[in-house]
Amino acid sequence: MCETCGCGQEGNPVKISRPGQTGHHDHDHSHDHDHPHDHDHTHGQSHGHHHDHHHDHHDHTHGTIQRLIRLEEDILGKNNLVASRNSGYFEAKGIVALNLMSSPGSGKTTLLERTIQALEGKRKVAVIEGDQQTLNDAERIDRTGAPVVQVNTGYGCHLDAEMIKQALKTLEPEEGSILFIENVGNLVCPSLFELGEKSRIVIISVTEGEDKPVKYPTMFQHADVCIINKTDLLPYVDFDMGKATSYARSVNPGLIFMELSAKTGEGMENWIQWILDLVPSE
Amino acid sequence: MHELSIAISIVDIASRQAEAASALSVSRVELDIGTMSGIEYESLKFALSVAVKDSILEGTEFRINRVEPLCECLSCTHIFTPNGLSGQCPECGEKNTTLIRGKELQIKSLLVEQKE
Repeated sequence: MCETCGCGQEGNPVKISRPGQTGHHDHDHSHDHDHPHDHDHTHGQSHGHHHDHHHDHHDHTHGTIQRLIRLEEDILGKNNLVASRNSGYFEAKGIVALNLMSSPGSGKTTLLERTIQALEGKRKVAVIEGDQQTLNDAERIDRTGAPVVQVNTGYGCHLDAEMIKQALKTLEPEEGSILFIENVGNLVCPSLFELGEKSRIVIISVTEGEDKPVKYPTMFQHADVCIINKTDLLPYVDFDMGKATSYARSVNPGLIFMELSAKTGEGMENWIQWILDLVPSE
Repeated sequence: MHELSIAISIVDIASRQAEAASALSVSRVELDIGTMSGIEYESLKFALSVAVKDSILEGTEFRINRVEPLCECLSCTHIFTPNGLSGQCPECGEKNTTLIRGKELQIKSLLVEQKE
């Protein structure tokens, strides 16, 4: 099993591909299954928790001693290290990376399509699409003309820094571009994995419950911007905007809100301006 | 199920340490997991039971310490236990506070058996 992303068996590895290409397995997380530990020692695991008398080393008949190794090692250290490297790469190339996260169906890809159209001629953009399977989203982005790669995580429920590092080798975004990373649709897992991004954007739609921020607080605590999408549907749903924003503020007082409809374009100008301000024009 | 990724990382890090120490076996791994880290404790326990298969950690006891959250107020520097999800300062009412404890995701120690 993949040690970094837990993406399942060898039969379903992470794939990185561009629209029009056959996906290739370009996934640097070593899928090696060799954990070369000696299991020949017979006194191993079965009685591992009964070593109360371990001070009498010399009386031990089986000739082993116990040792406490103090580690204090960050479990996500490996991911965070790669994320820092990605971040350094972005900084060196003047690239601003934005991590877009939401539940499935909140309208991330539509928002991205409209955003790319609005930024045309103003800023260079590039896109990394994350989904468990299919090239569908990358194909939609490809039709806007923006360079895009698709990361298929297999069984994985989130993108991690290593996948981004590998995707960047294929994508090679231009200097000074805005890199949109569309994470796997999931309001839980992606929030734990830094990718090297400058900002995190969480998207919810008015067809979801307004209590999403308190149901999935970790995602909202780690976000910089909260986009509330599909505002054109407000007359038809019971979404309470005031409640949604106050729930979100209760877990993250610094969160910036943007209400918009990617479909009708209403409210898009704030979002576009926010992006333009991130990268000074040439 | 990001707990599975986390469990696999734990097994990976601990196995490498055990190997570096020429351990014959690992009797205990102690973890500090903050209640605000985004980890579901029961899921993590289950994921660990799967992730240890065919590793030196099969049969190892995982001691998971729940680290309760603590906040510090950025206005009056008061340190307090947050009330549920809200990090509002109970002293001065400031909402801008920072979590100083509770997001730990750490392997604290390994208890290993070595040859005498």
